[in-house]
Amino acid sequence: MKDGVNGVALAVFIFFFAAVTVMGFLAARWRRAENEATLDEWGLGGRSFGTWVTWFLLGGDLYTAYTFVAVPAAIYAAGAAGFFAVPYTILVYPLVFTFLPRLWSVSHKHGYVTTSDFVRGRFGSKGLSLAVAVTGILATMPYIALQLVGIQAVLDVMGVGGGETTHWFVKDLPLLIAFAVLAAYTYSSGLRAPALIAFVKDGLIYLVIAVAIIYIPIKLGGFDEIFAKAGEAFAQKNEAAGKPVAGLAPGAAGQWGYATLALGSALALFMYPHSITATLSSRSRDVIRRNTTILPLYSLMLGLLALLGFMAIAAGIKVDNGQLAIPQLFETMFPDWFAGVAFAAIGIGALVPAAIMSIAAANLFTRNIYKDFLRPGATPAQETRVSKLVSLLVKVGALAFVLTMDKTVAINFQLLGGIWILQTMPALVGGLFTRWFHRWALIAGWAVGMVYGTVAAYGVASPTQKHFGGSSKEIPGLGEIGYIGLTAFVLNVLVVVVLTFVLNALKAPAGVDETSPADYTADAGDPGVQAELPPATVGAPGGR
Amino acid sequence: MPEDTDAKRPTVTPMRVVIGLCLLAPFVAMLWVSSYARVDPTFIGIPFFYWYQMLWVLISTALTMTAYKLWQRDQRARKGGASA
Repeated sequence: MKDGVNGVALAVFIFFFAAVTVMGFLAARWRRAENEATLDEWGLGGRSFGTWVTWFLLGGDLYTAYTFVAVPAAIYAAGAAGFFAVPYTILVYPLVFTFLPRLWSVSHKHGYVTTSDFVRGRFGSKGLSLAVAVTGILATMPYIALQLVGIQAVLDVMGVGGGETTHWFVKDLPLLIAFAVLAAYTYSSGLRAPALIAFVKDGLIYLVIAVAIIYIPIKLGGFDEIFAKAGEAFAQKNEAAGKPVAGLAPGAAGQWGYATLALGSALALFMYPHSITATLSSRSRDVIRRNTTILPLYSLMLGLLALLGFMAIAAGIKVDNGQLAIPQLFETMFPDWFAGVAFAAIGIGALVPAAIMSIAAANLFTRNIYKDFLRPGATPAQETRVSKLVSLLVKVGALAFVLTMDKTVAINFQLLGGIWILQTMPALVGGLFTRWFHRWALIAGWAVGMVYGTVAAYGVASPTQKHFGGSSKEIPGLGEIGYIGLTAFVLNVLVVVVLTFVLNALKAPAGVDETSPADYTADAGDPGVQAELPPATVGAPGGR
Repeated sequence: MPEDTDAKRPTVTPMRVVIGLCLLAPFVAMLWVSSYARVDPTFIGIPFFYWYQMLWVLISTALTMTAYKLWQRDQRARKGGASA
């Protein structure tokens, strides 16, 4: 790993990186609209993307570089338990099918750019909207930081970045360059840049997985051999630890954890601002539903990718940092030039989500903090300017985070982010289906979920960490080990329901709902909903 | 969470029940972990636990696609023949 620079791989990597940089800047001209200075244009690509662009954009957005590195790394470390990512992504799509078209419709009708916009419009509560916005920003920041960790892993294995003794500036220079480039084209092209780059990213990823899943097992003597070796390795590991810590199938004790992690993560995924941004940029309601039937192709890819974790064990890859297992496997197994292609796939895989996440976080700040609290009269052009600047700030913040703090801090926060973002679900998804929940009850439920989730996660120890050692803990009252986020979510919903009964009985003021039932099923082309929103509607929240 | 997304006209038709079942089935299958937490039978050397879940990616895709087609038909019928 530290045996010098892999020149061929690096050259291929730089070639692809340069190609997508050019694409990123040219993207500004792609499907350019007349009025560029609105958030609908910069932040949602003009809300004009059809089925295929949306497919690439969502795929590029949800299956991040960190996923590519972390999922096989989890398998490499623990075996079966790491495979929960597959049922997780299976369960996502029926959920999306059910609620996202409604969010699309109401957002199009009222010009909502973020989930907080919707929550404010539905419940007439700026406080609740602020809670959702802050949660979204907090959950997204460490996620962006982890994309950098993904790039770092690849650079490390290629021998760029040097050893521990290298001057910090030289060591981090490649990462700084990558990020400066990313920041520049996101600033100038907005959501169009990651949408265009996603084509390259996903193309490369599919190519690499297809080759890896055929080529590596042939070299390692087939799947029988791979799983036999992995089974042995896990048996040794369990013996050394004195208890089952890894295995080819989850033991009875791990099954609750497996199911709750899959379900909790599935519920959380489309609460993330970047998922919503990619969804709202689609052209019509139908595009979303059609996408739920083709997006599972990515789940299949993720499953195959996860199997690479076993291959890394069978190939005798030994790394202290599990994150390096897969890049190291590629370097050991592939010829240099193809290792370069694989590294480019991971590297570019980091750029797409990082761009979308920073845009999503910037939109939340602009719409739900800047415009709602700091400067109510902001024009669309001002909003766009603020959003562009904030997207830069968010990225600089993530960079500082990764460079100054230990990597585990980013991972801990990402784990917390998943728990946190799930707590916005009652307001968002509940609000899409019913107006029954009381806004104050939703705030209280959110607060309870946030506090419980944070405290519970703080209390989880692992062999290497005293706090935030994992995301599972005993479920109070059940005695099984389960995902903390889901437990917090259940508590959250209980509080919301009970308090709603109480508040309704006390006749607490419910807030004004600016939406009507028909808004939730409206489609492009219906009266009052235009395929592209006129700029005038965009500036006024809830303008009709 | 209700599986039926059209709150406007809450008529429960057989077709909508089928749509709901199509969307619900993956939850039952995937959350029932003890039904697939084992190594045998293997498929080309891959333990059951892994290939079974990968197979469910395909099954759930087919189910979602069925739900989508039925939903389109349902919407067309409601709009009185207008294109969906």
